[in-house]
Amino acid sequence: MIAARPAEGAAGRARTGISLGRRVRHRTAVVLVWLSVAIVLLPLAHMFAMVTSHAVRALSPKLFTTSTAGVAGGLENAIVGTIQLVVLATVAAVTLGVLGGIWVREFASPRAAFPVRLAADVLAGVPSIVIGYFGYVTMVTWLGWGFSLLAGALALAVIMLPYVLRATDLAIGRVSEELRDASTALGATQAATLRRVILRSALSGIVTGALLAVGIALGETAPLLYTAGWSNYWGLLPSFTHNPVGYLTYVVWTFINQPFAEAHALAYAAAFLLMILVLLLNVVVRRVIVRHTEEAR
Amino acid sequence: MSETTVSARPRRGRVSSRAWGVASGLAAAATPLILLTILVVLAIFAWRSVVWNGLGFFTSTKWNLGNLYGGSLVVRHGIAAPQGAEYGMLVFVTGTLLSSAIAIVLAVPVGIGVAVALTSFSPRGLATVVSFFVELLAGVPSVVFGLWGFTVLVPWIGATVGPGMSKVLGFIPFFGGQAQTGLGLLASGIVLAVMIVPIITAVSRDALAKVPRELLEQGRALGLTEWEIVRDLSLPVARPAVIGAVILGLGRALGETMAVLMVSGSAVNSLPHNLYSPISTMASTIAAQLDSAMTDATGMAVHALAELAVVLFLITVLVNLLVKRIVRTLEQSPVLLWAERETE
Repeated sequence: MIAARPAEGAAGRARTGISLGRRVRHRTAVVLVWLSVAIVLLPLAHMFAMVTSHAVRALSPKLFTTSTAGVAGGLENAIVGTIQLVVLATVAAVTLGVLGGIWVREFASPRAAFPVRLAADVLAGVPSIVIGYFGYVTMVTWLGWGFSLLAGALALAVIMLPYVLRATDLAIGRVSEELRDASTALGATQAATLRRVILRSALSGIVTGALLAVGIALGETAPLLYTAGWSNYWGLLPSFTHNPVGYLTYVVWTFINQPFAEAHALAYAAAFLLMILVLLLNVVVRRVIVRHTEEAR
Repeated sequence: MSETTVSARPRRGRVSSRAWGVASGLAAAATPLILLTILVVLAIFAWRSVVWNGLGFFTSTKWNLGNLYGGSLVVRHGIAAPQGAEYGMLVFVTGTLLSSAIAIVLAVPVGIGVAVALTSFSPRGLATVVSFFVELLAGVPSVVFGLWGFTVLVPWIGATVGPGMSKVLGFIPFFGGQAQTGLGLLASGIVLAVMIVPIITAVSRDALAKVPRELLEQGRALGLTEWEIVRDLSLPVARPAVIGAVILGLGRALGETMAVLMVSGSAVNSLPHNLYSPISTMASTIAAQLDSAMTDATGMAVHALAELAVVLFLITVLVNLLVKRIVRTLEQSPVLLWAERETE
């Protein structure tokens, strides 16, 4: 049953010509390789099961309609804060990232594109706590914004930016030459070709990259610790500076260290919500990719 | 609407093209500018610490904020710091390197194994499902890994794994000794390993999938088993990218903050003496210490953390440049060039 799809030919031959030793080695490799799959998926399954089972006792409508009070209450403030931070960060990162990706692929000479791509790749590798520290010394103290929505969102945007830029860059690179040429041959200007042909066919790639970046932003804690701070309150029309914001990942990491069962339940509930969001994002990304490849055929 | 009729109004089309060029050029400049600003700001912030600490910063194992409550100040080179303050990063560098090393040792065989399973040893449907879950693992927030590490892994190491390993493998240096709470080096390494496996798997899988089919078919024609094809054909061809994948994973492990912070035991002033000792990494220290550093009126503690951030920044940048280099080598790999010519 494990002798896999491409091996059928070889397996047929195995009975006739392949020595026992080689067959045993093949079998051993198959077992080891699937053992590693089990080793990887086991923690994931355990994580999901554990978080879900502990979160259940905190899951109620109250969770979404009351704010945190001390280490009890609900998660309304953290949920709203997370949404505000991620939306604001996404707006900033997608604007800069998509335009930057367009420039790199459509307008820049290879020599000019190189430093931008390099910077994006390097920035993607900078530890998020370093970006958080940078945000703290620049926005929170030097600009005097204090712990705030804007400082937190911009720190997140810096983390998202390289992913959006590179995804746009790659997605535009996959648009076929024929399509471009056809558009040009019809007399469209560069701008019209870009807007109506290139961006349209690169859209699913760009959306995938942006969703990936949103997933990363949702799960970040380190860049927010010293930029967004923490707050038990929230406003529908937030003040962008001078007021700290709550967010879900903060609840996970601080509340689990509290000696109260209620705090623990909130930490698990926050982790549960984050995992569900990541799961949903992954499903959506899959659908976008699948739909795109079907369209391409 | 003007774009559809541009052939009649070429000038307007040109202007609009130029507008796109300028707008996107400005946006593109943001990325290198941000990177440069981060480096410059951190360097400026770190400068007072560089001058005050000198080389001691790199060799000392002591991290002590000194007397923050009105003690006299120690002035060196015209820069003041609290009495008794000492800033050395050796403990944090050691913790970072050791925990990342454990993560790499654990994650590399498993990560590559999963990639091989996905590309060579599984029916397509199953591969899609497993890929989905591996990518899901990559998306799990690091605090959730931390939560799992803290509530599941740490007690398990403290009660079962640690004492067990200590008893059986205790004769090997670093494996013996008390496991205590379970918070420490081993827990950090394992959590990091779980976090970087998806990266190693995803990149290796893509590289293995790109190995030219013709090459594999030729292997099959010679009567090689699937395992021999993987060992002698696929893996050697994909090797540069697999190495790139490992280094990419290393970069992530070196900079990971929250998960490590939750399971490391946050050691200060002591180097790990066995696998179960509490540690701190550079990233986790920045996160853990900034709060108390802010209370230092001379600001030296914040500057010292900036120096730590600069060093961490430079290490991860180097690691990432290394990946770029290796991946470029892959793109020029003779086997792939050969394959491209063959298929054209």
